[in-house]
Amino acid sequence: MISAPDVVAFTREEELEDELYSEPPLPEEYSVPLFPFASHGANPWAKVAGSKFTRDFILISEFSEQVGPQPLLTIPDDAKVSGTFDLNYFSLRIMSVDYQASFVGHPPGSAYPKLNFVEDSKVVLGDSKEGAFAYVHHLTLYDLEARGFVRPFCMAYISADEHKIMQQFQELSTEFSKASECLKTGNRKAFAHELEKKLKDLDYTRTVLHNETEIQKKANDKGYYTTQAIEKANELASVEKSIIEHQDLLKQIRSYPYRKVKEPDFHPYEPERALDRADAGCDPGPTASELAEPDSTHLYAHVPSYTPKLIKAKSAKCFDKKLKTLEELCDVYFFTQTLEQLHQIERTFRGDVCYLLTEQISRALLKQQSVTNFLFEDLSFLDEKPPEKQHGGCQELGRDAVDGKGSEELGAPKVVISLGSYKSSVESVPIKMEQELEDAGEPQMPESLPFEPQENLDYLDADLKGSISSGESIEVLGTEKSASGLPKSESQASLPVSPSPQAGRSKVGSRRTVSEDSIEVLSTCPSEALIPEDLKASYPSAINEEPHAADADAEGGLRFALKPDPADADRPEDVSQPEGLAQVDSACCIGKESPNFFEPLPELGQKPCDEDGVVRIPPQPYRQLGAFPSHDGVAGGLLPYELDSRYLSGSRELSKSSLDEGSDSASYISSAASTCSDGTPSPARRCQAGEKHKKKAGQNALRFIRQYPFAHPAIYSLLSGRTLVVLGEEEAAVKKLVTALSIFVPNCGAAAKPVKHWLAAPPHLLDFQKWKLIGLQRTASPGGVNVLHALSRYSRYVSILDADSKTLRCPLYKGTLVARLADHRTQIKRGSTYSMHVQSVLTQLCSKAFLFTFCHHLHLPISEREPAEAVVSRRMNFLKLQLGLANEDVKIVQYLAELLKLRYLQEPAQGGNPLLRFDYVPSFLYKI
Amino acid sequence: KSSVQTIGEEQIQNPYTELLVLKGHQDIVRFLVQIDDYRFASAGDDGIIFLWNAQTGEKLFELHGHTQKITAIAPFSSSDASEENKHLILTASADRTVIVWDCTNGRQVQKVSCFHSTVKCLTVLQRLDVWLSGGSDLCVWNRKLDLLCKTSHLTDAGISALVELPKNCVAAAVGKELIIFRLVASNSGSEGWNVLEERRLVDHQDNILSLVSVNDLTFVTGSHVGELIVWDALDWTKQASEYNFWDSSVHPDVQPEIKLSQSPNETSVQHLTSDEECVFAAVGKGIYVYNLQMKRVIACQRTAHDSSVLHIEKLPNRQLMSCSEDGSVRIWELREKQQLPAEPVSTGFFNMWGFGRANKQTNQAAKKMQDNTPMYFLELVGDLIGHSSAVQMFLYFGELGLATCSADHLIILWKDGERESRLRSLTLFQKLAENGDLQLKF
Repeated sequence: MISAPDVVAFTREEELEDELYSEPPLPEEYSVPLFPFASHGANPWAKVAGSKFTRDFILISEFSEQVGPQPLLTIPDDAKVSGTFDLNYFSLRIMSVDYQASFVGHPPGSAYPKLNFVEDSKVVLGDSKEGAFAYVHHLTLYDLEARGFVRPFCMAYISADEHKIMQQFQELSTEFSKASECLKTGNRKAFAHELEKKLKDLDYTRTVLHNETEIQKKANDKGYYTTQAIEKANELASVEKSIIEHQDLLKQIRSYPYRKVKEPDFHPYEPERALDRADAGCDPGPTASELAEPDSTHLYAHVPSYTPKLIKAKSAKCFDKKLKTLEELCDVYFFTQTLEQLHQIERTFRGDVCYLLTEQISRALLKQQSVTNFLFEDLSFLDEKPPEKQHGGCQELGRDAVDGKGSEELGAPKVVISLGSYKSSVESVPIKMEQELEDAGEPQMPESLPFEPQENLDYLDADLKGSISSGESIEVLGTEKSASGLPKSESQASLPVSPSPQAGRSKVGSRRTVSEDSIEVLSTCPSEALIPEDLKASYPSAINEEPHAADADAEGGLRFALKPDPADADRPEDVSQPEGLAQVDSACCIGKESPNFFEPLPELGQKPCDEDGVVRIPPQPYRQLGAFPSHDGVAGGLLPYELDSRYLSGSRELSKSSLDEGSDSASYISSAASTCSDGTPSPARRCQAGEKHKKKAGQNALRFIRQYPFAHPAIYSLLSGRTLVVLGEEEAAVKKLVTALSIFVPNCGAAAKPVKHWLAAPPHLLDFQKWKLIGLQRTASPGGVNVLHALSRYSRYVSILDADSKTLRCPLYKGTLVARLADHRTQIKRGSTYSMHVQSVLTQLCSKAFLFTFCHHLHLPISEREPAEAVVSRRMNFLKLQLGLANEDVKIVQYLAELLKLRYLQEPAQGGNPLLRFDYVPSFLYKI
Repeated sequence: KSSVQTIGEEQIQNPYTELLVLKGHQDIVRFLVQIDDYRFASAGDDGIIFLWNAQTGEKLFELHGHTQKITAIAPFSSSDASEENKHLILTASADRTVIVWDCTNGRQVQKVSCFHSTVKCLTVLQRLDVWLSGGSDLCVWNRKLDLLCKTSHLTDAGISALVELPKNCVAAAVGKELIIFRLVASNSGSEGWNVLEERRLVDHQDNILSLVSVNDLTFVTGSHVGELIVWDALDWTKQASEYNFWDSSVHPDVQPEIKLSQSPNETSVQHLTSDEECVFAAVGKGIYVYNLQMKRVIACQRTAHDSSVLHIEKLPNRQLMSCSEDGSVRIWELREKQQLPAEPVSTGFFNMWGFGRANKQTNQAAKKMQDNTPMYFLELVGDLIGHSSAVQMFLYFGELGLATCSADHLIILWKDGERESRLRSLTLFQKLAENGDLQLKF
């Protein structure tokens, strides 16, 4: 039985696979890569297996000249965070390579020591054995007592999730640069202070020595100098030299060009100065003086009280003295600022990378929808960047695309640091598995995922096999400036990898080298001292080159079905074709933007451009209808009605879907533009509070929907602009309901949402005009009667939700939209998830309102003789048939459209006078 | 329990679906006056005059000058082409001054402060290019604010209303009396006028509260105790009068037990307005339509409001608008009733409470009705609720909307939401075109 030949252990993988794949395989877009550690019993959301720490943290380490690399502090400062993770070991790793090819000390040519203002370097390191991946930001601080006056430090963001590091590289870099700038500024102040003290000491010493010499001279009447006198004279001379040196150093540190100080928030002491400096550019003259003055007056008021000490000729031995701590190296204020910034970074980047990405993308997209985003989004959470820039960027983009040279220009000067494109430039894959991956050859395969089960094991094996010391398991995955031509100090001894296709593809950006000890430096760059251009200008180009190159050939990093093949990439050349434009837009922008967008937009390219034109309205006033093809001669330059009819003649489903996609694609375009203009969709720190609020509101809303069967008409009231009054005795309960419902309130264009959480006085017409959601106190006192009286008087303007008796008095709702928005049988459990669901439905609604508002012939007659009734019927047809709105849903869109119009037409002077629109419709009483 | 007719929340015929609250006044707003097609002025007890744009609700000017409440306001636009059609307004105040304002720049043109008493009414005689101020005496002024002539002291109470009559005559209501003055050109100069008292009419039993000119031949007065007298404008004789028309007891068809005790306040003729055929009287809480030809009340709404009706206005298309101390504005339509000769008077309980639709409150008219004359009734087609206190006055701007002013210090602009929405779309696309966004931009 046991030896029966037909019972064989099933071992061969291929056979199994054959069996499995005999069925038709899933379409590519549905296939999900298997979780690599599934076999180990881990779930994908637990900490990534292999890591020894529970969550991301920031580590600050120093390469001490006395003891070597050592960890200084972690953020959050909690022993539990790092767990069993060996900080010392990791410090050694991240500090083991000095990327800063800085030279400090006596340069051969010059007489005095020279300070180099060293650029920070930014590296991504991976230690797959430890399961730790880190963004490492190297910086140097000045210390008078240190060797060569510099102390190398680094700040590292350590995460178990490699993708987070890779995909958030840009953001991390921006944020850490801020922190580093802050720290270095404080350090410069402290250093200058130190120098001043030292100078005073030296001065004092000189005086003392001088006096002594004089005394000796006088005492000496023998006519020749004693050895003692000669010694003193030498000493004096060396002190004099030292003074000159130190003065020079002081001058240097003060003349540090404040090129990068553009964040005034780090310099609240002198915000204008910071700006001035930014304007003045690199002119060191005024800067030096400017710098010196505030320093001495402001920060170092205690300086005059300093009593100089005598300096001994020979200072103590290097190893005897205690080096300054990081706190001592930096001005206190700036040190705390830095720590604050680092805490901020930690808060911003904690959590799952998908979430971060979604957040960033949606924020970037929302920012672009400047016509509609005010309705439901909290504008204060979007960046307060002036919108003009965006318009400019967008127009530029459009122009470029048509010019045909767009494909070159598109990214080159601009910062297209689209979330995904970076990845393709920096290969995060350990070299050893390169070949295998290449063999797999699937462009859709996320190559950057090293966690293919099989391969990963191999990879680990290889690590173990190939190395005796663990040092080789460090992969330098990428650094910030991948300048091409310069040889690296570390890689000089290394052999270039045999040019894999990948390497060939990444033409300039990454130079892949493997060093002897198998530290893989995929790309790095030396940091030249005092590069005139800012960091900002330099690294995007490095990152950008790759996507360009990749544009032409098939890029592996992009995972969408409709990807631009080489032919497509050539498309921009034919300028005249409007289709070309559409293609370019979609192709380029998606190409740039969307490795993270899994949904392809297949119809987009194939649809007639006109249709695209209709739906593809970039949402800014300036380019509002720019995408409408202009038929000359027609007033207004467009025939939207024609387009509409063609566009709308399709089946309802189609039109619906194309609508949605249209809006999506529009946002792709604009988001590309946004990244053009600002480069860094900065992780919003302001979002923290909003995030919390959203979550809470979502949770409450979910509860409301489950609890109240009449949630739909209540939400309809809010969406259609009818004020909803939540009446109740208990303030907390009412406020809770108000918070819950506030996510459905469209904003009228004011800064804050028109929500009043708690009102004790009888409401007035002005209140209904100002607020669309009011929590109202019910009291038993005579005042309460007035409240009820006012409510019944103004009952035509309000819906009343009685929180105490659980009744609702409001107009009937028979539409379908709210049902989708607030399904009481929803499976959504979490508040934040629900608020995202709401956001997506409302965004869809906004796009409908936008389309409705800006379709010319829905509101105005085509010809002069056309009767008004025809326009009205056309309008209603559009709403009902094309937008698929049923019954009362029409009113919602109409109300939103009114808000859009008002917002668009709003004169700045006449902002504070909102309209109250209402309907004469009967109300009904709903009970539980 | 109120017997006022209510319409409910569904008001199909009510076009006003958008409102704009205009804030500015600090006290009761009593007067609204139209300046031209799109501007109006408001004035009240705070002594400030505001000029508003009726379309946008924009505050154009804020005129300060009076130290006490405004008692009268009148527009004074010159028809002279030479004076570039200047729009002036006259305002009289309890501080015993009259100020002339220029509406185009919001400046005070001139101020007259030689009055012995508060000027309570102002009338402009466009034809003669003079204006009259009525207080304890009657003064005649020209455009340059020269006092042309004045009457002797009439009473302490002063003139409460003035109306222009043909042949350079004016009728002034002074207490219970109606005094007819005539302006005659003085012998001394071409610009001079003399004012002569022609006649004193003492037919009213109580103070005359309202005075309105119907046409060149007739004018109407109403008094505090509810007398309505129709006068011949040429020979100042009484043509017709109606004394007890508010009194339901004279109409036997109305059940006596719902007859309210009539206090004088509830019978006073607060305001009169007219078109060619009819005079519309706001009497107490009710509205009455008096036909001049038939010389009788043809339709009425006995309790049109919860409280006194302060102002009524005839709108085109047979509509009537009224505002009241109860804070609401109501829109009525004068409808011809279907002849139902067989139907007896009482349609039951609902009739008297005003719930019936077809035939309510018009039974007294039915009684008097001749066989072939049509029956009318006032149907409530809409109400506007917004003010929290008495609506003092309103100003109908046609399709631009309606402005109402109230004791709650507010002015509300009521607008046709559909029309506004359409206009906004129009401006939207105009703005788009201006910005060049309608073109393809590359």
